[in-house]
Amino acid sequence: MLRLEALRKVFRSGPDLVVALAGVDLHLERGDFLTVIGSNGAGKTTLLNLIAGAFPPTAGRVWIGGQDVTLQPAHCRARRIGRIVQDPLAGTAPNMTIAENLALACQRSGRSFRLALPRRRRTQFLERVGGLRMGLDRRLDDPVYLLSGGERQALTVTMATLSRPDILLLDEHTAALDPANAVAIASLTEQFVDDLGLTTVMVTHNMEQAIALGNRLAMMHKGEILTQLLGEEKAKMHVEGLIALFARRHITEDELLLERIP
Amino acid sequence: MVQILIHAVEQGLLYGIAALGVFITYRILSFPDLTVDGSFVTGAAIASSLLVMGVNPLLALGVALLAGVLAGTVTGLLNTRLGITDLLAGVLSMIMLYSINLRIMGRPNISLLRTDTIIRQVEHTFSFLGGFAILGFIALVVLAIKVGLDLFFKTEIGLALRATGDNEAMITAQGVNTKTMKVAGLALSNGLVALSGALVAQYSGFADVGMGVGTIVTGLAAVIIGGSLLRSRRVVWMTTSVLVGSLIYRVAVMLALRYGYVIGFQASDLKLVTSLLVIVALVVPAFRARLERRVRAC
Repeated sequence: MLRLEALRKVFRSGPDLVVALAGVDLHLERGDFLTVIGSNGAGKTTLLNLIAGAFPPTAGRVWIGGQDVTLQPAHCRARRIGRIVQDPLAGTAPNMTIAENLALACQRSGRSFRLALPRRRRTQFLERVGGLRMGLDRRLDDPVYLLSGGERQALTVTMATLSRPDILLLDEHTAALDPANAVAIASLTEQFVDDLGLTTVMVTHNMEQAIALGNRLAMMHKGEILTQLLGEEKAKMHVEGLIALFARRHITEDELLLERIP
Repeated sequence: MVQILIHAVEQGLLYGIAALGVFITYRILSFPDLTVDGSFVTGAAIASSLLVMGVNPLLALGVALLAGVLAGTVTGLLNTRLGITDLLAGVLSMIMLYSINLRIMGRPNISLLRTDTIIRQVEHTFSFLGGFAILGFIALVVLAIKVGLDLFFKTEIGLALRATGDNEAMITAQGVNTKTMKVAGLALSNGLVALSGALVAQYSGFADVGMGVGTIVTGLAAVIIGGSLLRSRRVVWMTTSVLVGSLIYRVAVMLALRYGYVIGFQASDLKLVTSLLVIVALVVPAFRARLERRVRAC
């Protein structure tokens, strides 16, 4: 479903040169769930940006579903990719209503001069938002800027389900929320990844979360994937084991800046 | 006095079409577009030239609208494809249009006093309505445009256009090419502005190469006056507020021109006063917010 070949990204040039990604190879089958951990500046977000097409790579190729999309602009491949980032304000349009935001996510059939919110769709949205048990179904016509961070992130996740992507990119999407909301959003995401059988890449600072979720785990450092854990190996892993793995590469816990406690 | 008030309302509605155009760029797209100072005249110039040649007034209006669409498209392409900043792209288009408008007219102004304009046709056909024929016609045209816009902004594409101005990164992630959206928004906006210019020329009986100066400011005045009276984020109410703002502005102008001499006001002071009004309207909300938060500037 998702294949990265020798992917490399260099920012700036000359003496200011920054190698954000130093050649990454990755192959995910449909339904794979990869969690990515690593220190600040390891290249995790750059990796997601290259998959989403925010900018082109310096070298290497990106394949989605057997198609080479390396040089395709972001809006062209957006139909197949859902992305949720840390900032709860990023995924929604603040001055538009909850219903309008949800309608923006229904893009599978393309956009035309049809009315965006026919009754049939409103009923569908009511059901969807009601399932969140946040009382948002009573606020379908409220502008989104009135919602709290947790509510907005829940809306973003719901929008991602409506857009029915093949690939889901999660960039520490629970990190800016309070503990209760973080748990709620994490379980909501998990449920929807399971339901739709999505191929998922999740960046996190939280080791517990990286171990608990998904079937694959990658550790990144200075633009490279150091270790990948698969299946059994990942299932048996624990936080101490991960730190030991890093230590073997002479990377200290401080350098990792990872949270040990969820 | 009633007659003068009717004239002010008619003008408010006609300039209201241009204000709706400014509303689309300034409020919906967050793109301060100065092209309108030129495209307003382009609409007037094309309609007037065609009318003098004996072309059907409706056809003349259609061609004027298309010319505005083209002008907006040029500004949009300058900004999105060539990477020129929004303000500069608009200024460049505006200045280019100045020369083009003179080319279209062949002289600095065209008189329509002896020409069969759409206004005169309406007056003639519905003469049984007396003085209200023109007002009724203008009100119907403006209402149709407003309802059309309201419906458009409820469609999937209209929603995508609004989201382009509200959260560009988000709507890109939803698969929308925001460059195309900006060009389309600018085209629609300038089409309306040119249509407004074409109607104003026929209403006032002349087209002049300088008649577009300050279109952006009067448009903003309408958007801001209306917005401060009718505070709503729903598009239906926002377009209503723009038209109400335009009406209030024109009535205020009428009063200023008629009774302003008491305080020494001259017609030539209009643009200065309008701009000061817009400055105050832009600054007051920020100032009020600062007072509420008790934050001092340092």
